[in-house]
Amino acid sequence: MADASPRFHVPAPPFRPGDEPDFQFLKLPKAGEAKRPDPGVAAAETRELALGLVGVLDHNHQAVGEWDPKLSAEILREGLGHMVLTRIYDDRMLKLQRQGKMSFYMKSTGEEAVAVAAAMALDKKDMVFPSYRQQGILFARGRNIVDMMCHCISNSRDNLKGRQLPVHYTWKDGAFFTISGNLGTQFPQAVGYAMACAYKGDGQVTASWIGDGTTAEGDFHGALTLASTYRAPVILNVVNNQWAISTYQGIALGDAPTFASKGLGYGVASIRVDGNDFLAVYAATKWAHERAAAGEGATLLELFTYRGDAHSTSDDPSKYRPKTEYGVWPLGDPIERLKQHLIGQGEWDEKRHAKLEEEMTKLVVKSYKEAESYGTLHDGPLSPTESIFEDVYAEQDWRLKRQRRDLGV
Amino acid sequence: MAVKNMIQALNDAMDVLLTNDPDVVIFGEDAGYFGGVFKTTDTLQGKHGADRVFDTPINEAAIAAMAVGMAARGLKPIAEIQFADYIFPAIDQIVSEMSRIRYRSAGQFTSGCVVRTPWGGGIRGGQTHSMSPEAFFTHVPGVKVVVPSTPYDAKGLLIASLESGDPVIFFEPKRIYNGPYDGVPDKPLLSWAKHPKGEVPDGHYTVKLGEADVVREGEACTVVTYGTLVHVAEAACEASGIDAEIIDLRTLVPYDIETIARSVNKTGRVVVAHEAPRTSGFGAELAAQIQEECFYALEAPVYRLTGWDTPYPHAHEWAYFPTRDRMVRAMKTVTEAV
Repeated sequence: MADASPRFHVPAPPFRPGDEPDFQFLKLPKAGEAKRPDPGVAAAETRELALGLVGVLDHNHQAVGEWDPKLSAEILREGLGHMVLTRIYDDRMLKLQRQGKMSFYMKSTGEEAVAVAAAMALDKKDMVFPSYRQQGILFARGRNIVDMMCHCISNSRDNLKGRQLPVHYTWKDGAFFTISGNLGTQFPQAVGYAMACAYKGDGQVTASWIGDGTTAEGDFHGALTLASTYRAPVILNVVNNQWAISTYQGIALGDAPTFASKGLGYGVASIRVDGNDFLAVYAATKWAHERAAAGEGATLLELFTYRGDAHSTSDDPSKYRPKTEYGVWPLGDPIERLKQHLIGQGEWDEKRHAKLEEEMTKLVVKSYKEAESYGTLHDGPLSPTESIFEDVYAEQDWRLKRQRRDLGV
Repeated sequence: MAVKNMIQALNDAMDVLLTNDPDVVIFGEDAGYFGGVFKTTDTLQGKHGADRVFDTPINEAAIAAMAVGMAARGLKPIAEIQFADYIFPAIDQIVSEMSRIRYRSAGQFTSGCVVRTPWGGGIRGGQTHSMSPEAFFTHVPGVKVVVPSTPYDAKGLLIASLESGDPVIFFEPKRIYNGPYDGVPDKPLLSWAKHPKGEVPDGHYTVKLGEADVVREGEACTVVTYGTLVHVAEAACEASGIDAEIIDLRTLVPYDIETIARSVNKTGRVVVAHEAPRTSGFGAELAAQIQEECFYALEAPVYRLTGWDTPYPHAHEWAYFPTRDRMVRAMKTVTEAV
């Protein structure tokens, strides 16, 4: 130890472009291994769940263990449908962005289960405070696809009057809060909303999602502090998709064993979940929902997944990670896994799957044609120009009235 | 009608709001059991319950975010930031979120709430308990900014703020919270003695946001100011005999341009005054707008009387903020200009 001295340390990802990725070092617990405690358990009793990994689907795509939510084939097919639609929608929107029809886009490829399974496990009236990669919630809640597209192309039918970047949806009727581009801000807001629900005694649970990188933001810590202090009926989800644009998850994680483990210090029940396992995400969300609804307080869920595509249309992942990394990701593809599970149950087959994909593709293509008929960002028509002065305040004051006049609208 | 100081008037306003509307909740650091470090929320928890008036962790961003989330669910939150100097950790939640929820959701969600915070210097608070950061917030579309100068206005403006449905940053001039605080006994500002307390009606009433008060009519020049300096301007008139017209803005966003313009068109000479630093202070906005509105009526350049472009000092605070004597000099400069 004579030479021991403090050294400046900057963590680095295991693989960079050109490396042969191999995730064997991860040593992920097997599906079915985790115990499922009563949802009313003390937060401190969730330590093993925070350090482990709740999984239901095993490598043979069979549902195993105490966390199996034992969902009907009908529900599973519905979930599969929403995930397939999400992926097809994302792919199509990316193409349209490349064709110059959209200013920007963000796909959720590989993480579809995180949003879809959670949305299906929540009550439809539970308010969600998502970040920008949970479009699956909208599909699961039945949002009109044409309306989603009209928002993304900021046309005359955009329900946000052309004010937000594409994918920053808002849908109050679907209990979907307005998405911010500033990271983490929605986490403590969701806690405040949940506290208000508890204050009103309406029995509602609130859920929010941020990424692994955003756990470094102060709002993550503020949200957990509030959630713990006030035992808010809230589900706080950290989508660990391994990458914050080009920054690997270790930069935000530090030497903590898992993101879920960060919740334990706050006294919040915490679970790491296989985010590519529809059944596990569904089961963990239900557990957290039950806990919140029973007045036992908040849960922090880490959804362990992998961002299969770029962060957004503005970055190229091959510049910071091996192109083959997603292919060897040990938790596989959430759609493929649920599909194989259903096929194994005799509840699905390749032919029906191909037909589903074809129908969804047709729906997306047809919907886009309709969306375009209401205008595009490029060629209009857009929302009326004077609408830029609306909704700033409850009423327009003299400054906005004059400025509108100055603009001549 | 009772005679109250500003703290008592604000406490009364919150009591009325809590009594009249079960959706009103009040929270902040030490705001619950203890009743606030300035005792502004004193007794409210005991009277209305700990689920309506409660303490928060020391996390201003979380306090502001809690207000945003609660407002989205239909509550009417009043959040206290213990000192205006501490509002900066909350700035992202106020600037990027609270101010824009209505706009970015095209009216689907709103974030009507009041963020109350003690503001300004003069109580030996040093650089972390004395700031006047109002200009930062006047630059943010979507929030209103209010600064009362009397107990009557404080109560009426606070009630109006929460009822406006918009997010309001409510700056409370702590130098006149309890009445006149001379700070330096050999520099008494005698006219303040008329203002520390005032008649405050019982029950519910409002002072409309966006309407200035002509505190003193005069012909020699116009002083446009707000908060503590309203009293300094009055003291300056009394000390100098200058017949100034004093406009108390009460609301900075939206400010009352009509009342300002009417006065400046009459007097042709104007001092804009605030305690915050000069550069990009709210006085710069006022000066620019006044020259745009009243250029041909102006007989002297608009005079900006402000704090200095330094952090707020501890030992020399009476050299920092505009005093009565500096106000007199400012009035003389504009009235004597030819």
